[in-house]
Amino acid sequence: MAALTKAEMAEALFNELGLNKREAKELVDMFFEQIRQALEKGEPVKLSGFGNFDLRDKGERPGRNPKTGEEIPISARRVVTFRPGQKLKLRVEGYAGTGQ
Amino acid sequence: MTKSELIERIARKQSHLALKDVELGVKTLLEMMSSALASGDRIEIRGFGSFTLHYRPPRVGRNPKTGAPVALASKHVPHFKPGKELRERANSSASSKSR
Repeated sequence: MAALTKAEMAEALFNELGLNKREAKELVDMFFEQIRQALEKGEPVKLSGFGNFDLRDKGERPGRNPKTGEEIPISARRVVTFRPGQKLKLRVEGYAGTGQ
Repeated sequence: MTKSELIERIARKQSHLALKDVELGVKTLLEMMSSALASGDRIEIRGFGSFTLHYRPPRVGRNPKTGAPVALASKHVPHFKPGKELRERANSSASSKSR
């Protein structure tokens, strides 16, 4: 399974949009940074055709240190969840792949 | 924040780029990400997170109207795992109750 990285994304902006290398890299960085900033402010992010990044508040729950077996509470926290949009789900469903 | 708000916010920070370039850039990035996942590739962005595919085995579903069993083929679904920086920053807003 190959992986798409920021370097390849910047390369595509350079090749396809004619941005210079620095602009392309900055745009990719800014894209992810603005999504992080919105989520940091408690704002969900809705990218139609791709999916939504939502925030969920989780209460404290009991946990365990997997090494020692000692019980330690897992503190209340806010977590990011991603819900793929219909369009992305349909495109990915078609991937036959090799299972798992 | 919607896609168009994301485009505006980036354009405001990158004032040397025209709004339409940012718009085309954002759409290109999202298309690359979707197409990577559609061809079974992962996406790995340090400090943000990774997108992978999860396998769902075939199962027998039901037609919700008639209750008739329907064979459903196996499929893959997109999965996102937030990276460390995103986890920490998202959680930092929890105490401020800004939502």
